[in-house]
Amino acid sequence: MTSIVPAEAEHFGSLAADWWDPKGSSAMLHRLNPVRLRYIREAIDHHWGIDDTERHPLAGRSALDVGCGAGLLAEPLARLGASVTGVDAAPENIDAARVHAAGQGLTIDYRSGDLASLNLRRFDLVTSMEVIEHVADPAAFVQALADRLAPGGLMVLSTPNRTTASKLLLVEAAERLGQVPRGTHDWDKFVRPEELTAMLEDAGLIVGDLRGLVPMPGRGFVLGDNHAINYLLTARYR
Amino acid sequence: MTDIHTSDVIISGGGLVGQTLALALAAHGLSSCIIDPADPAKVIAPDFDGRASAIASASYKMLDAIGVAERLAGKGCDIRKIWVSDGLKPGELDFTAADDDGPLGTMYENRDLRIALRDAVAESDRIALHMPARAVTTTRGPHGVEVTLDDGARIAAPLLIAAEGRRSPTRDAAGFHMANWSYDHSAIIGGIAHELPHDSVAYEIFYPAGPFALLPLPDLADGRHRSAFVWSVARADAAGLLKLGTRGFTRELEKRMGGLLGNVTMIAPRMAYPLGFHHSAKITGERLALVGDAAHGIHPIAGQGLNLGLRDVAALTEVLVDGARLGLDLGDAQLMDRYERWRGLDSLSVSVATDVLTRLFGIRGKAASAVRRFGLGAVQATPPLKSLFMSEARGESGDLPKLLTGMTV
Repeated sequence: MTSIVPAEAEHFGSLAADWWDPKGSSAMLHRLNPVRLRYIREAIDHHWGIDDTERHPLAGRSALDVGCGAGLLAEPLARLGASVTGVDAAPENIDAARVHAAGQGLTIDYRSGDLASLNLRRFDLVTSMEVIEHVADPAAFVQALADRLAPGGLMVLSTPNRTTASKLLLVEAAERLGQVPRGTHDWDKFVRPEELTAMLEDAGLIVGDLRGLVPMPGRGFVLGDNHAINYLLTARYR
Repeated sequence: MTDIHTSDVIISGGGLVGQTLALALAAHGLSSCIIDPADPAKVIAPDFDGRASAIASASYKMLDAIGVAERLAGKGCDIRKIWVSDGLKPGELDFTAADDDGPLGTMYENRDLRIALRDAVAESDRIALHMPARAVTTTRGPHGVEVTLDDGARIAAPLLIAAEGRRSPTRDAAGFHMANWSYDHSAIIGGIAHELPHDSVAYEIFYPAGPFALLPLPDLADGRHRSAFVWSVARADAAGLLKLGTRGFTRELEKRMGGLLGNVTMIAPRMAYPLGFHHSAKITGERLALVGDAAHGIHPIAGQGLNLGLRDVAALTEVLVDGARLGLDLGDAQLMDRYERWRGLDSLSVSVATDVLTRLFGIRGKAASAVRRFGLGAVQATPPLKSLFMSEARGESGDLPKLLTGMTV
């Protein structure tokens, strides 16, 4: 961990507290977390043939979470047994993530910066959730993710679809109703499943499973066949 | 400063519900630390808890799945039929288990349940028992819960579970609002030997002063038949009934029984428990979950009190085990929300239904009696209503946690 002066530590502590506040500005991510973790868990079990009752399915494996924020996904991956590296472009997120992981007693290697320019090794599991819709060059980003995937590894991505439904729900309704901070999403940059599939294939990967994620009144988010709002997918080497 | 002992959860309260929860979690690889101020020898002494509990078949399936049922072999008496009546007048309603169905529930003495749970807890290497011990300080913070005990031991976990019974100090300290009212009734409980066999029938007889229940237990070693009774009386009358000599009390008891089981002999000390209804408006908080009577207590006429607590155990176990397998912090607010959604409403509906039943049967007068008889007759004549009552007695209604179907999570 880089040296942080106390005033900064306090600032990142409150930033982490906001990230990790289930009712704070990341409330939507907190509600999404169990559902997408379930998807990731099923993908892990399927990919490596692990029993679904195993508590540490990633023991002995390495994991990279790109766009990790304050560690909402990186921490669960560490609890599942992985040695985790978290990358985020924003240094303040990384500092907040470090403060929180320390409080949880978790050892996670957090790095701030651009994935392609960080000199990282390859990982058994590479995840990047709700990130590709924010990057300048999605194809280059997908290639950079593929470059970090170890042979025999598993990649899991999630992102909003570019449909009328997602525009109405994620951009208009959710942001106006304050469910998601205003300005979070730029609908024109959303990536369709077939576009993402093509980018992954160009990077030498194939898509294994594609699943939709839709909000259900009173039940939160559920996994299903409807990809119109948001989707998750797995990819591996051909 | 002593080392901190860390586990997956801290359970405050090592009674029937708290121990069952620890064992259910242990069966899925989750560790717990139980804190209880009681003397472990006293709670299994014959005069500590003279009650008997109806374990609904769904609850029994869970006890079986977590390895407790085998320790209860031969100690229970199946309930094959529940006979409900308004006084001793005609118009009775019976709920009978069909032959191919399991029993409606099984009666156990609480003491036998306590012994089985104690032995199972002692053998588990995933349960640390601090008993007798008191928490001196309890801190629920953003990263976890830390408790310092009166013997200086320090324990930590991501989640604190209060299984402390109806006067839960942890719940009260958390400032949870309680909906409660007293029935102004007490239950006098005790054990009897009787002349005629009970044929595995539980009797619930509603008198204007309150319900009277006879619950079948296994025969005594000398071959005499045995039942437990739960007799609700106005609180003002309870003291007098407890003071009555054995012969006088037995005579009063036989009057209520109307010769159903022949001559009666008292075989266990009588005890009185005040009856009330209470329900916590919330059953979860920051890194805190309530189970059992700490969350909700109901009138025992329908035999659902412990079963409600065991349903909490099954649901919370499933929530926590699922959460652990997703790598979530076990005190995560999403997990607490899931448990709250699952158990908050369900237990309230059973509480309210039981309360309505008690009030309905607590009204005096001929008209009320006719309404009750008609009501019972209507249930008898309406199969869907009757099967709803039956499945509620079995503990099978609502969105079932896996453990209550006999499967581990």
